[in-house]
Amino acid sequence: MFYRENGQFKTTYRADLQIFPILQDRIAIGLILAAAFVLVPMLSSEYMLKAILIPFLILALAAIGVNILVGYCGQISLGSGAFMSVGAYAAYNVYVRLPGVPLVLTLLLGGFFAALVGILFGIPSLRVRGLYLAVATLAAQFVCDWAFLRIGWFTNNSTSGSVSVSNLQMFGLTIETPLQKYLFCLTFLVVFALLAKNLVRSAVGREWMAIRDMDVAAAVIGIRPMYAKLSAFAVSSFVIGVAGALWGFVNLGSWEPAAFSVDRSFQLLFMVIIGGMGSIMGSFLGAAFIVVLPIVLNLALPLIGQLVGVEISTAGIEHTQVMIFGALIVWFLIVEPHGLAKLWSMAKQKLRTWPFPH
Amino acid sequence: MGFFLETLLGGLMTGMLYSLVALGFVLIFKASGVFNFAQGAMVLFAALAMARFAEWIPLKLGIDNKIIANVLAFIAAGVVMFIVAWLIENLVLRHLVNQEGATLLMATLGIAYFLDGLGQTIFGSDSYKIDIGMPKEPAIVLESLFQGGVMINKEDVIAAVIAAGLVALLTLFFQKTKTGRALRAVADDHQAAQSIGIPLSRIWVIVWCVAGVVALVAGMIWGSKLGVQFSLATVALRALPVVILGGLTSVPGAIIGGLIIGVGEKLSEVYLGPFVGGGIEIWFAYVLALVFLLFRPQGLFGEKIIDRV
Repeated sequence: MFYRENGQFKTTYRADLQIFPILQDRIAIGLILAAAFVLVPMLSSEYMLKAILIPFLILALAAIGVNILVGYCGQISLGSGAFMSVGAYAAYNVYVRLPGVPLVLTLLLGGFFAALVGILFGIPSLRVRGLYLAVATLAAQFVCDWAFLRIGWFTNNSTSGSVSVSNLQMFGLTIETPLQKYLFCLTFLVVFALLAKNLVRSAVGREWMAIRDMDVAAAVIGIRPMYAKLSAFAVSSFVIGVAGALWGFVNLGSWEPAAFSVDRSFQLLFMVIIGGMGSIMGSFLGAAFIVVLPIVLNLALPLIGQLVGVEISTAGIEHTQVMIFGALIVWFLIVEPHGLAKLWSMAKQKLRTWPFPH
Repeated sequence: MGFFLETLLGGLMTGMLYSLVALGFVLIFKASGVFNFAQGAMVLFAALAMARFAEWIPLKLGIDNKIIANVLAFIAAGVVMFIVAWLIENLVLRHLVNQEGATLLMATLGIAYFLDGLGQTIFGSDSYKIDIGMPKEPAIVLESLFQGGVMINKEDVIAAVIAAGLVALLTLFFQKTKTGRALRAVADDHQAAQSIGIPLSRIWVIVWCVAGVVALVAGMIWGSKLGVQFSLATVALRALPVVILGGLTSVPGAIIGGLIIGVGEKLSEVYLGPFVGGGIEIWFAYVLALVFLLFRPQGLFGEKIIDRV
């Protein structure tokens, strides 16, 4: 009743195949975009932008990348943090060594190199799958961690592997204040989300999904597994690499390899699983959940401690946070293994049939 | 030559410890198809429990004898690991039967986080020592053969003996006891095992208990060598290439894979490391395992993977 789609007749293929075939969805997306571009900058504080929104946007972008690989192509990867770091450090090298290159192109070049590395570490996926592959992709993580720490050339010979960028500019506009950074990241995210959505609806995306569902069967009906798997690795690491470059350039400003440790890889995988595998919107939801949860816990735990009359130390908060995080992940997997996106689609179905549930 | 042998021996010793951790992975994967990422957290948890009990028990009971205190601490930590195993089976795995591998992997990651936090909340997050009275001073052998002889850590030898004993015990348990047979049956085919009346959930509890005990022994040895602290949890990440090298389903694979990785790591670090800036032992094992996977995807002793539509 709230979500009626009857009466919305499609008379052309074009109309039938569009991204949001239902009028309400189009309106809602328009409203959300308007809110994100206009309302949020007007209302949110600097802290909100810096601590929550910018990390959310960038990690959502990375989660889209991981979702392309894990959710759409079914290749479990624990090396996403590595691809982020490759993106960040490659963009840094472009930034330092080729001073004239515009910022957007720098970031995209970071993604390009991440794609190359992604293809390289995707090669094992041609031979192994599932859990073996998950472990194999960890190799990317450790090799990259090591390379950026030990090989001076990548970090322009800084001793600790930490590098920094400053005075970011685009078309003569500076990207300095949190608000500017927010809008910059938001633009990136919207463009990439649109591209990703279209990609997974295209022939390439259908090949990925065929490979995910049953790769031998897909090969039998004429899909080239090598092409499909490696293209998924390439596209996914490109997006992740761009996100990594953004994370380094825009969010951190100066960073070291530890910013892209194996924990980051796990975090990205959590986002995809909790948000919903094989769903672009799920990437957003998962990123929001993972970014907001620690902040909420950080604020809530001392309060709860006060209520019960126990003083929780800083270390105690940290440990409790880790515990709750772990427990929530398990709980989520048990209660809703298809992620938040599935919850949303169920809610949509309920709204569609309300007040008669059948 | 003596130096080469020393490096080789050192590698074998580290490799054996990797084998112990890898064994935990293999046991659980064999019996339940769960890739247990929490094995590292379990090693840390067990080692923390043991280290702390070894402090607390003598204080409470007034025992002076170090050996008795250690044995009691070991038993207490073992009981704790049983409880952990039972809880994991009942609260988590039972509800996740028939889910995909990725989901189960994530669940064990969640368990790993939880155990990390819980262990440090209960037992504290400082660095602790486990002192099981191993001799610290090294012995020099084969002095007649090489100049300077070959240096061997006595505690490494003892650790090797303990590990070998554990493996022998596990083999006996799997081959000779009724429960062991049931375990192998479940590993072979869940449904068939269930249909002849083997209770799946109990078998899983047992497997997780065994993995817990293996984790406890591994934690004890690592802990007495290097101290118990958070970094122990990352040992699991070092042991993962062992599992894929040896094959996810093979106990001998875990042991031989562990030895190969241990030796390869040490030799590469010593002879290759200086040329590329050092610290390569972290990723060397992974790259070794990766290259190996390209030629033999199922690992050294893994079961042949047959693709069917």
